[in-house]
Amino acid sequence: MPYGPHTAGDRERMLAALGIASVDDLFADIPEALRASHLDLPEPEPELELAARLQRLAGRNRTDLASFLGAGVYRHWTPAAVDQILLRGEWYTAYTPYQPEISQGTLQSIYEYESLIAELVDLDVVSASHYDGAAATAEAGLMTCRATRRSRVLVSKAVHPHYRATLAAYFGGGLELDDIPLVADGEAAGTTDLAALERLLAEDGRPVAGVIAGQPNFLGLLEPMEEIGRLAHAAGALFVSVIEPVSLAVLAPPGAYGADIAAGEGQPLGIAPQYGGPYLGLLASTDALVRQIPGRLVGMTTDVNGKRAFVMTLRAREQDIRRDKAASNICTNQALLALAASVYLATIGPHGLRDVAAQGAARAARLETALAAAGAPRIHPGPYLNEFAVRVPDARAVHRRLIEQGVLAGLALADVLPDEPSLADALLVCATEVTTDDDIALFASALSAEIAAPLSGASR
Amino acid sequence: MSVVGEKLQPTLFERSRPGRGEGKIPHPPKDALDRIPAAARRTTPAALPELNEPEVVRHYVNLSHLNYAIDTGFYPLGSCTMKFNPKLNEWAARLPGFANLHPLAPDEIAQGSLQLLWELEQALVEISGMRAVTLQPAAGAQGELCGILMIRAYHRSRDDTGRDEVLVPDSSHGTNPATASMAGFKTITIPSAADGGVDLEKFRAALGPRTAAVMITNPSTLGLFEKRIGELLDEVHAAGALAYMDGANLNAILGRFKPGEAGFDVMHFNVHKTFSTPHGGGGPGAGPVGVGERLLPFLPAPRVLPSDDGRFRLERLDERPTSIGRLRSFVGNTGVLVRAYAYIRAHGGTGLRQVSDDAVLAANYLKKRVGEAYDIPFDRPCKHEFVASASGIKHRTGVRTLDIAKRLIDHGYHPPTIYFPLTVDEGMLIEPTETESVETLDAFADALIAIAREAETDPDLVKSAPHTAPVGRLDEATAARQPNLRWRPMAGADMPCPD
Repeated sequence: MPYGPHTAGDRERMLAALGIASVDDLFADIPEALRASHLDLPEPEPELELAARLQRLAGRNRTDLASFLGAGVYRHWTPAAVDQILLRGEWYTAYTPYQPEISQGTLQSIYEYESLIAELVDLDVVSASHYDGAAATAEAGLMTCRATRRSRVLVSKAVHPHYRATLAAYFGGGLELDDIPLVADGEAAGTTDLAALERLLAEDGRPVAGVIAGQPNFLGLLEPMEEIGRLAHAAGALFVSVIEPVSLAVLAPPGAYGADIAAGEGQPLGIAPQYGGPYLGLLASTDALVRQIPGRLVGMTTDVNGKRAFVMTLRAREQDIRRDKAASNICTNQALLALAASVYLATIGPHGLRDVAAQGAARAARLETALAAAGAPRIHPGPYLNEFAVRVPDARAVHRRLIEQGVLAGLALADVLPDEPSLADALLVCATEVTTDDDIALFASALSAEIAAPLSGASR
Repeated sequence: MSVVGEKLQPTLFERSRPGRGEGKIPHPPKDALDRIPAAARRTTPAALPELNEPEVVRHYVNLSHLNYAIDTGFYPLGSCTMKFNPKLNEWAARLPGFANLHPLAPDEIAQGSLQLLWELEQALVEISGMRAVTLQPAAGAQGELCGILMIRAYHRSRDDTGRDEVLVPDSSHGTNPATASMAGFKTITIPSAADGGVDLEKFRAALGPRTAAVMITNPSTLGLFEKRIGELLDEVHAAGALAYMDGANLNAILGRFKPGEAGFDVMHFNVHKTFSTPHGGGGPGAGPVGVGERLLPFLPAPRVLPSDDGRFRLERLDERPTSIGRLRSFVGNTGVLVRAYAYIRAHGGTGLRQVSDDAVLAANYLKKRVGEAYDIPFDRPCKHEFVASASGIKHRTGVRTLDIAKRLIDHGYHPPTIYFPLTVDEGMLIEPTETESVETLDAFADALIAIAREAETDPDLVKSAPHTAPVGRLDEATAARQPNLRWRPMAGADMPCPD
């Protein structure tokens, strides 16, 4: 047994204390016909061999490419302190802080997390974490329905396609979800169509609980958030902003443009890409919605002696207390990733975070210039922060061939938005502070060669 | 002496001094943001704290000392399976090939992770006796939602639309009824029988043409195996409903009982329980879901698929229109799943069966020892956990289970789960797991027995516990009445000083 302490003598002693001869006696209540005899799995592997196996598997992934892939998950520099803190057993081997007297570390760290994110989004209530940006957005959608007692939500087609798919699955139980189309052309191309939104909000007998739009949106573009919020509120709906947290160092926060709820992916705050997670679902709301927000909340209080202390609070919203009347079924959340985000924010500081966002914008501008010169101009004219779509003929095939040249050329948008013909020949690319001039030069020259001689590329 | 550190810490915000903390990121060009329209820009900077790295490190190291953790001591939390978290697994998840891979990386550069996920799915198929497994759900509760949404899709696919009820026993986890509600079903709660099992008569009476699913935790949250499970599953299926198994207690039955073979249609795994991935102070976890034949078409997308050439790929968008879609972004909590994979490989089939044997043996041994001073409401062999009750002690001394739990802190232990399940008066649910030595079990039992004695001789000592923790019992009423959920100083509180 790799981690078990019991010697044969220990087992015998326990069996003797129980007055039984074999541990089989303790399984006698499993009906005989339903008993399993064994597990057909490989033999136990000693640590040395297992470590080699894991290294071989990790080595079969390629993470050495010059990457311009974002689309909801972003590479950033994580200060070395973050993982050092996370590796302390007192953090990662602790349970949910249900015993506050011996969990003040976790409780204070969550309170601080709530406070840090509240500053970023400019809203007062921040849930202790959700699974990821998609699940947080889905919970935000459900929240608008509970709060307004309406059952229809509108979501911009420029919200991340995975988030929209998650919303659709969460709404499978009888709630309605309608897409708000994108502006097809002109200055606002690729952003949420305000005229269509107005029409959807005005449909007779179909009142809207919430309107969901992203800033920046999935295509990297900046949305007219204030206007979207104004239209939503005029129709009695709540406004949900899907945010990217690093951008909030420089972009107007949801609280400033009237959003009632902010949801988003906290991965950019010091969390590695890890092929899908664990990440950090950010969810925040105005004070008015505090009893509707799902997930754990930690508040400040005092102990019996008047010492300041922290405790989970407003628990009457949660599944273990309210069962079928709970605000959500969420139990396990992403506490350790909330800690990572907090340590990241504390270490990098407000000026550092602004530098991260501004560096991304500066490098993305260089990338835009280089790709345009290589023959791949931006598709949408509107402003962006650090991610944008470029037109590349036969984008999917080019994307595939560039891997051989050491470039991960963003995302072929046709793979995730097949029903948007305007994006059939498009790559979504991003830059952050870790994108180097060499990376950009490599991408541009490889792409330029592909665009100039697509046939020779295809025959390689 | 306190079982955790005693020095409370000021908040990050109290430590902040303008001008501290620099040098992580090169400064951007001054004009970097000029192209962003003024209307979209932030006008008031976020008031984040300004600290230098040594202060940040000291803050979090000192805060960590205030936590009890598996790495510092025995954590007998019933229903939570607080087993040792192997260190190799932390190392593995941080290998650059795993940690730095983007979730939208094309399949051809993600073969290592895809192979690992496929092999993990196959191992979970073998462990559960199910037909297939999805690794997408981020936690057990999301796995439950996944399962119930698939059950909904199954009934709809058969035009069987009148089924709007989900049956759950009264001893179930709160996530079961909460999940049913979230998916638009009505929850029907079935009372337990006197022996702790499902009351078959009441169960039969509730089962009918409106039943979509039955959610059963087996072994139950009382740590008892449901002896009539075969009969129960037959009746569920005869009524046209499907059976969901909450796999929270899988640690008791590895290699002894395969839910899929027994007739369950769907189950979730809590890898942060059974397969040793860390609890992280509340998360992350992962909640893979196994399904039998009936639910196979409805699994969330994308699935990991093997190709004939030994390579792997993710299912393409819309490749399987019957799918319930997705419950989250990307593939799943892959970083957590790497740890679970390493755990399963380290144990192999024989080791996993030994895990359950040892967990069950330890629980029965501890039950016998705790029974020296506490009521054991269900006195038959338990599985990996058992319920003890302080009902008698409360009757005699006025000391409640909550008091005993808090007094355990003074004796050096994290308390067990208390007042769950709700069906037992003054209950405590105790789960030792297989990674605690018999010496630890004895010492814990001795502590509980000593507290039972203290309750007789000095009840006030127990009622006012803990006495040695960094803070005493908390004013939860004020916390809820006047919520302070975002940094602002609290008038009248005794604040810790910066060091």
